[in-house]
Amino acid sequence: MAGLTLFDKIWRPHVIADLGGGFALLHLDRILVHDLSGARALEEVEEKGHRVARPELVFATPDHAVSTQPGRTEDTFPVGGRMLRAMRRRTAQHGIRLFDLDQDGTGIVHVIGPELGITLPGVTLVCGDSHTCTHGGMGALAFGIGSSELVHALATQTLAQRTPKTMRLRFEGALPAGVTAKDMILHAIGRLGTAGGTGYAVEYAGSAVRGLPMEARFTLCNLSIEMGNKIGMVAPDDTTYQYIDGRDFAPRGAALEAAIAHWRTLPSDADARFDAEHVIDMKEVAPQITWGTSPEHVIAVDQAIPDPARAPDANRKAAWESALKYQGLEPGRPIAGTRVDWVFIGSCTNSRISDLRAAATIAKGRRTAAHVTAWVVPGSRRVKEQAEAEGLDKVFLAAGFHWREPGCSMCVASNGETVPPGQRSVSTSNRNFASRQGPDARTHLASPAMAAAAAIAGAITDVRRI
Amino acid sequence: MNRFTKLEGVAAPFLRANVDTDMIIPMTRLVGTSRADIEASGFALFRFNGDGTENPDFVLNQPVWKGAPILLAGDNFGCGSSREAAVWALAGMGIRVVIAPSFGDIFYNNCFQNGMLPVELPIAAIEELAEEMRASPGNARVTVDLERQIVVSPRGRELPFKVEANRRDALLQGLDDIGVTLTHRDAIAAWQAKDRAARPWVWLKA
Ligand code: SF4
Repeated sequence: MAGLTLFDKIWRPHVIADLGGGFALLHLDRILVHDLSGARALEEVEEKGHRVARPELVFATPDHAVSTQPGRTEDTFPVGGRMLRAMRRRTAQHGIRLFDLDQDGTGIVHVIGPELGITLPGVTLVCGDSHTCTHGGMGALAFGIGSSELVHALATQTLAQRTPKTMRLRFEGALPAGVTAKDMILHAIGRLGTAGGTGYAVEYAGSAVRGLPMEARFTLCNLSIEMGNKIGMVAPDDTTYQYIDGRDFAPRGAALEAAIAHWRTLPSDADARFDAEHVIDMKEVAPQITWGTSPEHVIAVDQAIPDPARAPDANRKAAWESALKYQGLEPGRPIAGTRVDWVFIGSCTNSRISDLRAAATIAKGRRTAAHVTAWVVPGSRRVKEQAEAEGLDKVFLAAGFHWREPGCSMCVASNGETVPPGQRSVSTSNRNFASRQGPDARTHLASPAMAAAAAIAGAITDVRRI
Repeated sequence: MNRFTKLEGVAAPFLRANVDTDMIIPMTRLVGTSRADIEASGFALFRFNGDGTENPDFVLNQPVWKGAPILLAGDNFGCGSSREAAVWALAGMGIRVVIAPSFGDIFYNNCFQNGMLPVELPIAAIEELAEEMRASPGNARVTVDLERQIVVSPRGRELPFKVEANRRDALLQGLDDIGVTLTHRDAIAAWQAKDRAARPWVWLKA
């Protein structure tokens, strides 16, 4: 019999009942809720005559609909203020921990989960948000759900789920100059397509992944859903255990030792069989930039904008044409040098301290181009405080960047913070969908260093040339 | 949960690949709006011009296809954001069935929560359905029968599809899935008691 995968070793012990037909009733160890759907879901639990099953395993934070303007209050964005007050009321009533606006621990839900040690290896974790796959960087089995599933999760601490197939994506070799986890995953999405992983839980492996620090693993897993993978994971190892040590909700002392002993059993067995397997040679990976309106519309920064005439099929030809029209780009021209109006450094993809350090390294001693508006939005209050302790805020401000309060901000623009219509943005977030950053905004996804370089140059720029 | 058994109606072709849930319902029509607003906003990006008038070029605005209860869609339909409002927005346009070669995983789950049936058929079969619909606009009808798990094309060809048994039963009977899960109440409690001993670090105090 073949060995077990990391996925199997977490999924199987969490099955409370086999529901037949490939479905399982799965125990949920952690549920995270945010301001867009949290209050409404809790209200619905009550309307249906239930209670929150395990409030001590549920955590809430306002992130999507809060203003990130310096000096903000909850009513700077009034719609968000209403949602936050409703969430505050409901979480208090159910005894759910809320990391309230501007309190310690608050921030983007996928940043604070790991940061506070709420996310741990081997746990099952859900949140009403597709980027819940981020937490897989910790070796957790985490996935996004819809609002009805969230109500079910809160009321029962379980979910009925179809067992996904498994996929392993190995990145082998050393990271070339200027290449980050963001470039690795964008490159993979370009290769496999946005539906390449649909129906699969993906495990990222290989020497390049083993060498990644924790924050980079979260970035890698964050974009799993953009490849179609609802679940993305990295096996826990010593890097993981060092990261966890001392975090607020993580075990300590002897309890931590016991937990680590268990976690060491989780990595995939040498003879584990995956339903699909892909290998990427790191020598092929260069700093990436998206050109179109889907994360699979991605090229290396030194390449030319693709020509729809060379698209592999009619469907993609049409998609490329409409993407180029939307983005206002001409096929065949180098993408580097394309003039940029906005830069957004933030989001659950790239707003952690290492991301801000990488951007600050580029910004230090330079100035943003006069026509560019550049925002840095830390992912959490703790990230913001750490950055300020290191003086990164000063570096950014001196270079002409705006330094803001934590939240999702321009990643999804659900708090009213938008890139103006027709303007071009380089963003460290995860989705370049049409109008994602605001009606008719044009988005190019890239790493934090690439985004900072674009802000300085006023145009899409190869970070290796700075 | 809403029931779904069998439906006969117009199937509108919109075979674009990778239609994400932001395209089905953009954030600007989601935050701080009512359910009624959401239901009136399906495919807003395609359906309306900048000034709020209807875009006559969008297939679902054209008289033959408007109000079609069945959508013929492309690969990876409903990828992207987990927003369940995408399903509500489609339902608000009268859509009860989406037929596509593949679906975004979270969207697929969300459909069943709202009595909407996602049907997976090969792209060639969907293209043929679209052909048959276009050949006789206004008259052609497609039947989707969940009990028998077949789609009947306008020309009477039967195309089998599969939905997992528990999902099919839930839709056919309109079961409440929290209620179904709570029939496992004892098993849940027993699992938790055992896990508490095995992995104490997972079990936080209130
Ligand atoms: S930062 Fe963006 S992708 Fe992440 S949770 Fe917020 S809105 Fe979603």
